Amino acid sequence: MLSYLLRRLGLMVLTLFGVSIAIFLLLRIVPGNIADILFDSAGMIDPAEKQKIVAELGLDQPLVVQYAQWVNGLLHGDLGYSYVSEKPVLDEVLPRIPITARLAALAIMFAVCTGVPIGVISAVRQNSGIDYGLRVFSLAALSLPSFWLGLLVLMAFVNWAGLLPIYDKAPQTWGMAILMYGVPAATVGLRSSALIMRLTRSSMLEVMRMDYIRTARSKGLSEPAVTFIHALRNALLPVITTIGIETAFLFGGLVVTETVFNIPGVARFLVEAIRWRDYPMVQNLVMFIATVVVIVNLIVDLTYAFVDPRIRLGS
Amino acid sequence: MTRLARLSCAAALLFGLAAPALAQKQGGTLRVTHRDNPPSASIVEEATISTDMPFMSVFNNLVVFDPQSPVNRLDKIVPDLATSWTWSDDDRTLTFQLRDGVKWHDGKPFTSADVKCTWDMVTGKTSGKLRKNPRKTWWFNIKDIATDGDNKVIFHLHDPQPSIMAMFASGFAPVYPCHVPGNEMRTRPIGTGPFMFAELKQNESMRVVRNPNYWKPGKPYLDAIEYTIIPNRATAVLALVAGKFDMSFTAELTPELVKSVKEQAPLLQCVLQPTNTQGNLLVNRERPPFDNPQIRKAMMLAIDRKAFSEILSRGVYPVGGANMPPPEGFWGWSKDFMETVPGYGADVEKSREEGRKIMRALGYGPDNMLPLKVSTRNIQDYRDASVVLIDHLKTVYIQAELEPLDTSVWYARLLRKDYSVGMNVQGTGTDDPDVQFFENYLCGSERNYTSYCNADLEKKFHQQSQMKDIDARRKLVWEIDKQLQEDGARPVIYFGVAGTCWWPRVHGINIARNTIYNHWRFEDVWLDQ
Repeated sequence: MLSYLLRRLGLMVLTLFGVSIAIFLLLRIVPGNIADILFDSAGMIDPAEKQKIVAELGLDQPLVVQYAQWVNGLLHGDLGYSYVSEKPVLDEVLPRIPITARLAALAIMFAVCTGVPIGVISAVRQNSGIDYGLRVFSLAALSLPSFWLGLLVLMAFVNWAGLLPIYDKAPQTWGMAILMYGVPAATVGLRSSALIMRLTRSSMLEVMRMDYIRTARSKGLSEPAVTFIHALRNALLPVITTIGIETAFLFGGLVVTETVFNIPGVARFLVEAIRWRDYPMVQNLVMFIATVVVIVNLIVDLTYAFVDPRIRLGS
Repeated sequence: MTRLARLSCAAALLFGLAAPALAQKQGGTLRVTHRDNPPSASIVEEATISTDMPFMSVFNNLVVFDPQSPVNRLDKIVPDLATSWTWSDDDRTLTFQLRDGVKWHDGKPFTSADVKCTWDMVTGKTSGKLRKNPRKTWWFNIKDIATDGDNKVIFHLHDPQPSIMAMFASGFAPVYPCHVPGNEMRTRPIGTGPFMFAELKQNESMRVVRNPNYWKPGKPYLDAIEYTIIPNRATAVLALVAGKFDMSFTAELTPELVKSVKEQAPLLQCVLQPTNTQGNLLVNRERPPFDNPQIRKAMMLAIDRKAFSEILSRGVYPVGGANMPPPEGFWGWSKDFMETVPGYGADVEKSREEGRKIMRALGYGPDNMLPLKVSTRNIQDYRDASVVLIDHLKTVYIQAELEPLDTSVWYARLLRKDYSVGMNVQGTGTDDPDVQFFENYLCGSERNYTSYCNADLEKKFHQQSQMKDIDARRKLVWEIDKQLQEDGARPVIYFGVAGTCWWPRVHGINIARNTIYNHWRFEDVWLDQ
């Protein structure tokens, strides 16, 4: 187990190294740089002033030097300064991480807490009215673009409740927190929930046909015990894998949801930073997201052994 | 302007006039939506309303356009940090007497040295403080600035220029403190204005708070102004309608959206105003075959401006030359005069036939169309206008293809002249011909994207600039504008119109009808709650 963990950690470092090179190069391949964007708001470009900005930001140095400076700073905890706000990257990013983390955690929780039970119900009641209804619902949820759904939810709140669950300042009460985080989390988590539901259902149906389920029933175990102890635990492995993958995909959905619900989180901020070609901001944010995704996947892999003792990691 | 737009303006004017009759209340935070992240908080370094509107209240100018007047023009300029101003007999020296006892927000005294320092900076005489200087051309005529004690500053001009006062009064011409470094002005600006900078959270919000030591006793009325950045327009509109905000960002709502918002929330006060933003055609006159003036003329003749207005705004967008058309614009052509300009006549088909004749003479026709790319920014307003343009160009045997460009490369391409034909949308800070001509059409000017250069016309630019008689100046301005359109310097297609809305609890808002860049000092605004 320990050697497996060490191997995975080594692989994680390699992955992050690869990501750092990829994001560094990709950002510089994209046409235009911060100097061009800064002049956009002035409606012109003065070549001399542009050159001055480029030199001031060190963008005229060789790429290898720029990369080495960034990585060196990263390893020493110095993430540099944002080109746009002229503030330390850490000061800009740190307050936003908890916002996105809360939203992402709630979205995943929503997806798991609704997707798994609904999937189980759908499998247990296969080909019943409930099953058909839930399958139609899950298909619809998979097909709805979260941007459109988010706007619909906002409109519904304005029209029926006379309030708008957008984030305009940090929530002061639990009620406000639930409204400001819960509604967007449910909106972004709905697609994942539908995916998990469909996967749980098909996985459960496969497991329910296994001999050991028949044996469990013939032993006289109650149906809930058969379903939740014997079937569900075995059906959960592909679902856990999906949760890991969905966590990575969630960032895509969060960009849209944070925009529609006006949540000042990391995802929306990253898109803006890319638009501005704010290299220090984008590079460090992408590295942060990559680290989170890699760690989540490691946790998912470790969870396999916990859920299914037959899996011996590292053997 | 349509009836709806005129009615909105009239209603807003009446509302604005009626507001002072009520007793102003002190306190409260005005909550305003904001369309995007401002590139910085430094007004002199930007040319965008995203910076101008939220931060104008942090500063003062030497003079301002009368905030109570709905039209910004030369005879409506009132004192601000300057208590008075005088011209020398030869109209080449302008002396401002400055207000005594004014302090910057950090407690340091405001003096004539700050004024000199600001204009030495924006004229390019001193460097190092600004990253960008987009309005350097505004101040081309300033020869030298001198101070006489702490309260007097003297501007020596190369030539007489009465309309330089319009530039001094613009929201883009605040006085900066000498002692504050440039990066601080971009991130935590310090001014003498009614509100002090409190916070700028990237992509999130901005906040300015009441200056308790403001030199106008009793003002401002508000405790603070908060701008929440909501880039998604649909969300911003919903938030406004739901009453989460007191006011929308200026000119953020399209005419159609204003209509929709009024239907959803009839109590909202909305004003449709020309934004002094124009859609224009850029033709690279250095790249063949567009170096041929005949081809450029044919392209101009293909444009149906009325159709642009109908398609893009259901007829709300007005049509004009380089200067904003009346009644809101002070220097634009009259309707009768406009009819005399080629390509502006009512008979579009006749113009197009003339265009086709030119193209046929050059060897083009229905079976041999001239292929080209229409480059534009990948932004909806730009793309929409480009699509209409492509359709119109077909009528004179030009087969165009849309080339949407990322914002990051748009100006770089224009600078390199790496385009054939472009569709451009651009705003003008002040409704004054000096701003328009010198910024956009002067030989070598940075915003002269097409590199149009006409020495004879340039003499006329200077001639009109020196004229004191407004009517005579206007007549010359019309002729210059006509010449610009005839030369295809940058054919103007339409002028934008957009709306601003606020709830009745907000009092003292006076929207200027011929600019979106002024009247954002907020010192007369108060909340009835």
